[in-house]
Amino acid sequence: MYITINAQAMNPNIVEIDNLSFGYKGRLLHKGINMMFPRGKVVAIMGGSGSGKTTLLRLIGGQIRPSHGEVRVDGDVVHKQDRDGIFKLRRKMGMLFQHGALFTDLSVFDNVAFPMRELTDLPESMIRDLVLMKLNAVGLRGASKYMPVELSGGMARRVALARAVALDPNIIMYDEPFAGLDPISMGVICDLIRSLNDALGATSIIVSHDVKETFLIADYVYFVANGEVAAEGTPHDLMQSTLPFVHQFVHGEKDGPVPFHYPAANYQSELMNSKTND
Amino acid sequence: MTKSTLLIAVTRMLRGLGSRMIDRIWRLGAGARLFFLTIFYSGESFRRFHLILREIYFTGVMSLLIIIVSAFFVGMVLALQGYNTLQKYGSSEAIGVLVALSLVRELGPVVTALLFAGRAGTAITAEIGLMKTTEQLSAMEIMAVSPIARVVAPRFWAGVISMPILAALFSMVGILGGYLVAVPLIGVDDGAFWSQMQANVDFRVDIVDGLIKSLVFGVACTMIALFEGFDAPPTAEGVSRATTRTVVISSLTVLGLDFILTSFMLVV
Amino acid sequence: MDRTTIDLWVGVFVALGMAALLGLAMKVGNLTSANIGPTYSVSAAFENVGSLKPHAPVKSAGVVVGRVDSINFDGSKFEAVVKINIDQRYAFPKDTFANIYTAGLLGEQYIGLEAGGDEDNLKNGDKITQTQDAIVLEKMISQFLFSKASETKSDSKEPEVKPVAGAKASGGKAATKAVELGDPGF
Repeated sequence: MYITINAQAMNPNIVEIDNLSFGYKGRLLHKGINMMFPRGKVVAIMGGSGSGKTTLLRLIGGQIRPSHGEVRVDGDVVHKQDRDGIFKLRRKMGMLFQHGALFTDLSVFDNVAFPMRELTDLPESMIRDLVLMKLNAVGLRGASKYMPVELSGGMARRVALARAVALDPNIIMYDEPFAGLDPISMGVICDLIRSLNDALGATSIIVSHDVKETFLIADYVYFVANGEVAAEGTPHDLMQSTLPFVHQFVHGEKDGPVPFHYPAANYQSELMNSKTND
Repeated sequence: MTKSTLLIAVTRMLRGLGSRMIDRIWRLGAGARLFFLTIFYSGESFRRFHLILREIYFTGVMSLLIIIVSAFFVGMVLALQGYNTLQKYGSSEAIGVLVALSLVRELGPVVTALLFAGRAGTAITAEIGLMKTTEQLSAMEIMAVSPIARVVAPRFWAGVISMPILAALFSMVGILGGYLVAVPLIGVDDGAFWSQMQANVDFRVDIVDGLIKSLVFGVACTMIALFEGFDAPPTAEGVSRATTRTVVISSLTVLGLDFILTSFMLVV
Repeated sequence: MDRTTIDLWVGVFVALGMAALLGLAMKVGNLTSANIGPTYSVSAAFENVGSLKPHAPVKSAGVVVGRVDSINFDGSKFEAVVKINIDQRYAFPKDTFANIYTAGLLGEQYIGLEAGGDEDNLKNGDKITQTQDAIVLEKMISQFLFSKASETKSDSKEPEVKPVAGAKASGGKAATKAVELGDPGF
C-alpha cells in the first residue's frame, strides 16, 4: 500500500466516488454514483429521506464496503486498505453525527479530548490547551465540566463539532447537522461549518435536506434520488434549475416528481365501495 | 378444515420453525464471533485497566446489595427447610453440612449467575444498545477506536472477574444466614454445626468446583448480555426486547451449563 | 464518579471476595485439617481394598495422621498396593498393622494404623507387612450363612476355625477375630 505523493499534489479532489454501487439484500441503494470533492471546498449531498445519503458518508469512512465501484480518499481506495491503512485514513477524518453522538459517560472536556488521548501521545497539559482551544472555537469553553445529558441539543451539537475537529482533520463530514435545531443554533452551526472549513483548510462534506442553510455555505451540491445523482451544481445554478425534481425540492413544493399521494386505488370507487358494503 | 388448508397450516408452522432455528444458529455463530473478537482485543483493554475497574464497579459492586440480601434469605430458608426434614430422622446436626454443600456446590454459583443476569446483564445490554442507537459506537469507529476494545472487552473482563467474587460472597453470607437460623434460633449445637460442616465439605472438590462453575457462568452471562446489546436493532423497542432476551437466554444457559458441569464434576 | 472513588469501591469489593473465599476455605472446608506439612511415604499390600479411594484419611487412634496417596494393582502377586503419606511428626514401628475400616455404618473407608511393639520405626519407602483387608459385605454374609448351614448339619462337630476372608496377619489379633466370627457360639 503506497501513498502516492505525486497523485496527492496533482489531484485537486481529496475524495472521489467512482461508479459506486451499494445495496442490501438484493435491493440497490446506489447505482453507479460519481462524485468529486475538491480540496478546501464545502460540498453538500442532498436528497429525500432514505435516498442513501448517510450511507455515502459511511462508505467514505470505510465502515461499509461498496458492492461495486470505488471510493478513493487521497488516491487510496478505501475498501482495499488493511487495518493500518484504515487507521491512517480515519486520522484524516472527523465526523459530526446527527444529534451529536457524544459519549454519555464522559464530560464535555473528556469527549473533546477523546480522539487526542486515543490517537496521539500528546501530554495531558498539551491536550488540555488544545481542548480548550477547540471548545473556544465553538463558543463552549465555559461548559467543559458538564456531562452530555446536561446540555441542550444545540450545545451538544457544538461539542460534537469541537470533537470532530479535535485533530484538525482534512475531511470533515456532517450528517444532518441542522436537524432539530432552533433558528439561533442553526445559524451558529452554519457559520461554524464554513469558518472552520476555511480556517483549517479542510474539505467539508455535508449531508442534509435543509435547503436554506446548506445553500448559504455550500460551494457545490449533489442531488441524490433513486440511487443516482439526479442533479449537481452550485447553489446559484440549482436555484435557477428547471429540472422538475430539483425545482420541487429547492422550493419545497407539495406536489411534483415526488407525488403527494401515496399510490392508492381510485378515490371515488373506494368511497363508493365502502358505501355499498355498509 | 379441508386437507389443503391443513397442509398449508402445517407447512407454515414448519417453515416458521425452520427459520427460527436458522436464526438461532446464526446468532450463536455471531455471538461466538464477538467472543473471539473480544478475546483478541483484550490486550488493548488491559492496557486501559481503569476502564475495566470502572466496569467492575458498575457490574460487581452495584450488585453487592442484591446478592448479599438474597444470600441471607436463601441461607435462612435452607436452614429452616433442612431442619424440618432432618429432625424427622434425628439428624438435625447435619444441618450445617446441608446448608454449606447446597450453597457452595449449587446455589451459590447458580443463583448468583441468575441474579447477575437480571441486574448487571440487563444494564450492560441496555447501555450498549443505547450506545448503538445514539451512534456512539459508530463515532468511536470513525475515530479509529475499536468499540470492541473500548466498550465490549472491559465489560467482559469485569463480569468474569466479578462473578466468582459474588458467588463466594453469596455462599459465605448464605452459610452465615443458615447459622443464624440454626444455632441461635432453632437451637442446634454450635460446635456440631461447624465441625460436621468442616468434616464433610472438601475444599478442593466442593469449593473449587463451585468457583469454576461461577467462572464459566460469568463468561456465559456477560457474553450473552454483551452480544444482545451489540446486536440490538437501534430502536427503543429493539433495545427493550434485547434486555428481555438477555435475561431469558442467560438463565436458560446457566441452568443448562450447570447440569453439564455438575455431571462432569460428580463423575470425576 | 471520579476515579479514586471507583478504585476504592472496587478494592473493597475484591477484598470482600477474598475474605469470603478465605472464610469458606478455613471455616467451611477442611483445608485447616488437611495435611500441609511434610510427609514420608510407606506402602501396604491388601487383597481387597474395598472402596478405599486416594486422599482417604489414614488414622491412628482416631486421629488423622496421613492420607492415601495412590492405589495400584500388582499384576504379579494379584494384590492392591496402597501408598500412604504419613505426617513426619509421627513415627510408627515396623510391625504396625494397617487395616481398612469403614467410618460409620455406610461411610467412606479409611486406613487405621495400629502400632506394634518393634523398636525400629518405618522409614520412607518401607512396606507395612501386617495388613487387614476391607470387609466386603457379601463375603461376610455368605461366610455367616455357610457357617450357620454347616453348624446345623453336624451338631457334635467342633465348629471349625475359619479365617476371615483375606486376613494375612500372623499375629494373634486377626486370628482371634476370625475365631469369633466363625463361631456362632450358641
